[in-house]
Amino acid sequence: MKKLFILMLCMLPTFAMAGEAQDMAADPVLEKRMIGLAEKLRCLVCQNESLASSHADLAEDLRREVRELMQKGMSDQEILDYLVARYGDFVLYEPPMKSYTMLLWFGPFALLFVAGLGLVMQLRKRRETVPEANLTPEAHQRAAALLNEEDKS
Amino acid sequence: MSRFLLPLVIFIVLAGFLFVGLGLNPRDVPSPLIGKPAPAFTLPQLHNEKKNFSPADMKGQVWMLNVWASWCVSCREEHPVLMELAQRNIVPIYGLDYKDKPEDGKLWLARGGDPYVLSVMDREGRIGIDYGVYGVPETYVIDKQGVIRYKHTGPVTQLSLIEKILPLVAELQKK
Repeated sequence: MKKLFILMLCMLPTFAMAGEAQDMAADPVLEKRMIGLAEKLRCLVCQNESLASSHADLAEDLRREVRELMQKGMSDQEILDYLVARYGDFVLYEPPMKSYTMLLWFGPFALLFVAGLGLVMQLRKRRETVPEANLTPEAHQRAAALLNEEDKS
Repeated sequence: MSRFLLPLVIFIVLAGFLFVGLGLNPRDVPSPLIGKPAPAFTLPQLHNEKKNFSPADMKGQVWMLNVWASWCVSCREEHPVLMELAQRNIVPIYGLDYKDKPEDGKLWLARGGDPYVLSVMDREGRIGIDYGVYGVPETYVIDKQGVIRYKHTGPVTQLSLIEKILPLVAELQKK
């Protein structure tokens, strides 16, 4: 009986902590979801920071807004659309695929392709200008001997 | 000769892009609200808290909504420009006192002059979010049908008035 009492006393602090944590963050799951979404959003005041990491006033307001929209039961996509309707595509870190962002999305690959094509053409041209040496067997032997000699020195 | 031509062309094109890039303003984010109805709100007036103002009250008139705050440094820069514009009686300017204490806002207007027909209070910045406000001051030109036709981010200058805002206002008022 005494042991059970001590065990119950030992467990008391865990209850206390659980109660406190709930008070501090109203809903940790929602907070985590909000931070996850905020990482995909750009802070408009300090443009190279995400909404999740920014301490700007506006970023705090927008995080509050996102939190409230989530509480209203809006999906992540609906919240993104809500913010894009107000701040434009600029608020998204990943630009959407649109006609005027094609260059942004595919430009690097196009450049890589052109550069690769240039390289292939250059190599072909070089093969033409440097002819294969047609060596007689003796010349071949002499060349091998000379090369071996160099190796030893 | 042609060996150097291609790198030279690439260099010139690149330098051209970079030069244009130098002149662009990265803070100027195009607003998706242009051509859309001004978001509705009903907010208490700064000087008469019992009375509300709503953009719907302005139907049939071309008007300007200027987002300002007593804590906003650039607002001081544009304030004389707005004062002069208000005196010319061309277009009514309404103020949105953004994330400000009413007493600070009132004091600021009492000291520097009040160019606004009236100002409303957006204490928590919620209406600011609806309007896509990200840096005070911001100014919207709204037409007779209540559609946002232009947004100016940053302090309004004489140049931006002459070049863009006033011609647009005149055109909208004719319609």
